[in-house]
Amino acid sequence: MPDTRLTDEQESLRSTVADFAREVVAPVAGRHDEDQTFPYEVVEGMAKMGLFGLPFPEEYGGMGGDFFALCLAIEELARADSSVAITLEAGCCLGAMPIYRFGTEAQKQEWLHRLCSGEALGAFGLTEPDAGSDAGGTRTTAVLDGGEWVINGSKSFITNSGTDITKLVTATAVTATRDDGQKEISSIIVPVGTPGFSAGPPYSKVGWHASDTHPLTFADVRVPEANLLGTRGRGYANFLSILDEGRIAISALAVGLAQACVDESITYARARTQFGRPIGANQAIAFKIAEMETRTHVARTAYYDAASRMAAGRPFKKEAAIAKLFSSEAAVTNAREATQIHGGYGFMNEFPVARHWRDSKILEIGEGTSEVQKLLIARQLGL
Amino acid sequence: MNIVVTVKQVPDTWAEKKLDASDRTTDRKSVDNVMNEMDEYGVEEALRIKEAHGGEVTVVTMGPQKAVETIRKALSMGADKAVHLTDDALHGSDALQTSKALAKVIATLSPDLVITATEASDARGGVMGALLAERLGLPQLTLARKVTVDPAAGTVQIERQADNGYALVEASLPAVVGVVEKINEPRYPSFKGIMAAKKKPLTTLGVGEAGLDASEVGLASAGSKVDDAEPRPPRQSGTIVKDEGDGGAKIAEFLATQKLI
Repeated sequence: MPDTRLTDEQESLRSTVADFAREVVAPVAGRHDEDQTFPYEVVEGMAKMGLFGLPFPEEYGGMGGDFFALCLAIEELARADSSVAITLEAGCCLGAMPIYRFGTEAQKQEWLHRLCSGEALGAFGLTEPDAGSDAGGTRTTAVLDGGEWVINGSKSFITNSGTDITKLVTATAVTATRDDGQKEISSIIVPVGTPGFSAGPPYSKVGWHASDTHPLTFADVRVPEANLLGTRGRGYANFLSILDEGRIAISALAVGLAQACVDESITYARARTQFGRPIGANQAIAFKIAEMETRTHVARTAYYDAASRMAAGRPFKKEAAIAKLFSSEAAVTNAREATQIHGGYGFMNEFPVARHWRDSKILEIGEGTSEVQKLLIARQLGL
Repeated sequence: MNIVVTVKQVPDTWAEKKLDASDRTTDRKSVDNVMNEMDEYGVEEALRIKEAHGGEVTVVTMGPQKAVETIRKALSMGADKAVHLTDDALHGSDALQTSKALAKVIATLSPDLVITATEASDARGGVMGALLAERLGLPQLTLARKVTVDPAAGTVQIERQADNGYALVEASLPAVVGVVEKINEPRYPSFKGIMAAKKKPLTTLGVGEAGLDASEVGLASAGSKVDDAEPRPPRQSGTIVKDEGDGGAKIAEFLATQKLI
């Protein structure tokens, strides 16, 4: 049944992506998970629907939608496959959004059309072996030399950075030391193929097997000075502002996974018979599912609220952190309970809940851990 | 090419279909309603022909107010405009009456080509293409798995699906073509398409505006009548045949008792 909080257009988009997820994504999700392969054919289908351009204006090849629309699409994709959902989330929020928000007109013209059409993917290189939430640990450096940035360093866990269609990586790098001894961090666009830039072998991950993740190396990588993205010295601050909205998108992804666990559990609890009746007739199982549904419902309400605030131009930092914290924990709990309900079958990879269980944990870690979310919420409360 | 494509809103394909207890018509209130899945192939084919030869695609549907959702889906896929025939007097119309009403609307649009699906997933009559062709006095090409239009020659050729292959069938335009699911892969609407759909022209007609008399349509004057209906019996548990060298014979025996062979 359509959600009364959505407009006709939002509901049409949601149901269209839900159809696509059921018909195109779900049938191949298990295979790509098992083989750890990037689902190019699925990404191509998403590109045809314009999903990679959802929150961007038409003048740059986008769909003219908003961030809420993107979140609805991410949620529905995650009901079938988290890897596919994170590919879209990272493509839009980390690949294209920084260029749209902070890029010069020339940079937007050069990159956004390709990124919005889904013909190319962009990645954002922030995390390093010694720097995640702590920007001060950034070791990658960029030095101006003869009108070019010379970049040296390495990045870790970079999503969408090594696919056949990855065309750029925006990297944060130390560009100077300020008078107060703090590092000046800037963002620089590095096109794939620039000599000295390379993506290492893909990580062996617990989950998100069909999502593309690599370590990156920059060895005397030279790019034009004009590849600086945004104001010099604002690289980290700009990225943090992008992360605020990214949290709503991750929350939507978590809600999709939590919902998938409810859906799978209902089907299984009705079909699985023990001691002469479906296991769903036992309150031990039915109550678990009722709690899972409750968590999912509340988590969705939280991200709808944060996304509506953002769309209305109101402050949403606290609400985004609340949505991310609650929904990622709801996803992990639902995945654990769904696996439990499935018994031995829940531990078998052929059952989607096993994949959801492995895919869920990262949600409490990526784009700000649960602890960081609590820190953000507490700060917003003046603590 | 001026292409008309017919669509129908039906109860969700996967939902259990019920009849309304009061008048034994399809119960549309207790389930989600969607575009008849097979109509998506018709809309897709119409769009492809338009993309190849230019022209305009008009969606025509008959159904309750809610059927506008199905129109919107076809428009978001890329159709240009729509006509929605809706009136309480149409409730309970059978296939004959529906074809009469639809033909009346379609005739006013003077199409070069009318595209229908092979059947709708609710009633599964599979007759609308043929009925419309008769009513409109146009050639009918049904079960098309491939459609080739030659606007210059004023002809349409199809590969007509048959049990052992296909037949090449050609007709002069205008014509009515019924398509099968094999014909294409329907596109998913893009968000841009969804946003554009609400700005596209939609004409809503009542029975009178369509030039019909209320006495010609609707349950009271329908040519067929549903007297009674039984829900589908619960599925029986299966029979397991253990192969002890005679498995084939046992399966054949079972199929024979079910009158399947």
